[in-house]
Amino acid sequence: MKSLGNPYDGDVDLRHGLACNCSDCADDAGHRMKAVSARDQRTRMSTDDMLDRAVESAIVRSMFGHNELSRRSFAKMLGGTTLAAALASVLPIDKVKAAILDEIGTPEKTDLSVGFVPITCATPIIMAEPLGFYQRYGLNVEVVKTAGWAVARDKSLNGEYDASHMLTPMPLAITLGAGSTATPFLMPAVENINGQAIVLHNDHRDKHEDVSTWRGLTFGVPFEYSMHNFLLRYYVAEAGLDPDRDIQIRVVPPPEMVANLRAGNIDGFLSPDPFNQRAVWEEIGFIHILTKDIWEGHPCCAFACSQAFAETYPNTYGNLLKAIIDATQYASDSANRSEIAEAIAPTNYLNQPVPVIEQVLTGRFADGLGNVRDEPNRIDFDPFPWHSMGVWILTQMKRWGYIEGDIDYAAVAEQVYLAADCGKVMADLGLEVPAETYKSHVIMGKTFDPAEPEAYVESFAIRRT
Amino acid sequence: MTRSYDFRALALTIVILIVALGAWELSTNTEILPGAGEMTEYERLMGGGSQNAGVPAPSAVMQKAWEELSDPFHNTGANDKGIGIQIAYSLMRVLTGYALAAIIALPVGFLIGMSPLMFRALDPFIQVLRPISPLAWMPLALFIIQDSEASSIFVIFICSIWPMLLNTAFGVASVRKDWVNVARTHELGPVKTAFQVILPAAAPTIVTGMRISIGIAWLVIVAAEMLVGGTGIGYYVWNEWNNLDLTSVIFSILMIGVVGMALDAAFGRLQRAVTYTE
Repeated sequence: MKSLGNPYDGDVDLRHGLACNCSDCADDAGHRMKAVSARDQRTRMSTDDMLDRAVESAIVRSMFGHNELSRRSFAKMLGGTTLAAALASVLPIDKVKAAILDEIGTPEKTDLSVGFVPITCATPIIMAEPLGFYQRYGLNVEVVKTAGWAVARDKSLNGEYDASHMLTPMPLAITLGAGSTATPFLMPAVENINGQAIVLHNDHRDKHEDVSTWRGLTFGVPFEYSMHNFLLRYYVAEAGLDPDRDIQIRVVPPPEMVANLRAGNIDGFLSPDPFNQRAVWEEIGFIHILTKDIWEGHPCCAFACSQAFAETYPNTYGNLLKAIIDATQYASDSANRSEIAEAIAPTNYLNQPVPVIEQVLTGRFADGLGNVRDEPNRIDFDPFPWHSMGVWILTQMKRWGYIEGDIDYAAVAEQVYLAADCGKVMADLGLEVPAETYKSHVIMGKTFDPAEPEAYVESFAIRRT
Repeated sequence: MTRSYDFRALALTIVILIVALGAWELSTNTEILPGAGEMTEYERLMGGGSQNAGVPAPSAVMQKAWEELSDPFHNTGANDKGIGIQIAYSLMRVLTGYALAAIIALPVGFLIGMSPLMFRALDPFIQVLRPISPLAWMPLALFIIQDSEASSIFVIFICSIWPMLLNTAFGVASVRKDWVNVARTHELGPVKTAFQVILPAAAPTIVTGMRISIGIAWLVIVAAEMLVGGTGIGYYVWNEWNNLDLTSVIFSILMIGVVGMALDAAFGRLQRAVTYTE
């Protein structure tokens, strides 16, 4: 929204900070009203104008280091037209605009349907619609809200969705035929890293310090083939609890987590945001640990499509991927987070109060225990699908008995996680591409070497193999 | 006499409504919140308790209803459509599934009502399939039909078929034998007998079955749409629950009730039209 405001106008604020106290931001309703009117305004701009405006805005704001105050005072001092001319003299804005548009051929199919589950992990996929990233690459994408992961899987398998927001383990599981018929799926980009948390009910505050006291509790995770499930299992197993015997793990769709926690149906959950923050906001639970403190930089959600889609419409696939990676990169800049929170909060997308989303995206949040915490990495966005992350997920699927027998970890990870496609698009967009696709990860102090997956599985005392 | 009786019933209904709404309103009185300026940052990040989900007062629900009903057909994207559009989607699914069920249930019901042999032969299938919850079919339907829209229509189909089938069979089977014999003495053909004697005689029972079916179909579509999402009144409820917005949830529950009542009233009217006295 705000990126479409006139960047040369000193009276326009291009973003709303957390502490913004303009009358519109005083309450939630005002925020929504504002989002709606901004949307109306946007529909009156043509797609081309919008695109130009988005690019100009990004350039101008980056010129000022995303500092709104200096941009505005500068614009007021010089006047908008002079500022525009001054910038054009040092920066070929028209060329920048053109460069973003070419490279991949024209899409074969422009009307696309992309599914998402309403959680903040889907931020790049969702925001690409209101902020015009899809249009920038000549695509008319409708993002469709999906009730849960099983439905997202089924609608992707039957072709109702051209591509979809998925959990990083899902394309691996679908390709292997675990929990569905084996269909080759591709995951060319990760959406977010970190971005989850373990929340406990307020009644269990006494269990905050010592995880071994969790024996007998019931936890919700959103899906079996999810980082949530694997991280929760890993976390309790490190404390000496067997996740299959000492605690109960139940699959609960993300939106139902908070209601179930309130009803006492579950004692806690490891779920995606905004539901962790929502549980705090509703004064039902507290944040026990952010998953970034279990594994800093762990993958969470992904952008995935069937191999058939990518092969039938290669240009569409390329442009879609480019739009997604571009949006992911935009979301990773913390200066853009407040604007994004406002863009994705309305009913059409996450349907959540703006302050809740803002706390998740900016990382300055109330933890439900009386503290205001500052964790800028609470959620981050990084598209690169490391093969080593795929191998780690497979080791955990093996560890807990989701897959059996011998498995060629690297081959499966490389077939599904298309690091090369992602790298190419990242290079096109002028981003830095990692030279390797494997690296070792440190999870709760223990180093995972992707070259020795089998030994890693065997190294755990609690396992199903 | 009847007029004053009607009037007294109506007056009593209104009194009960006012008392119930009044008790509801009083039991949900909201406390005055401290001004934003006096809150610490922690309190502000916790929302100052303003969102603490309690049951909303009826006045809040009415206000919500007014907002929603004053713009029932707004359409601001795939995931944000007005209540009118959502109900239209649900009705379309219900009526499609229901019509398909009627096309199959009425002739088959007729057949097994006329032929005790067929009834005995098909009875085990009906008895096994009938008690299966319609939603239990959903995963299988999604897998086989591979289309969520068609799957939800299938679920409506499978739940509305049984009452129609069994009531039709029962109605046809219990047509008085004298009437069929009279038809036979008049040398009416089997088709003429079916349409001119049996159908009118069994019509009240058949329409009763149809009325039960439409009620069940409307119950089931809400659950089916909550499961599959996308559009429809069930999706609307799910989406509001997703936001834990109880006011909207109560409003949509009332809307579901009103539409269900309208459907039932339509079949009640049809039922009166085909009733006869012997």
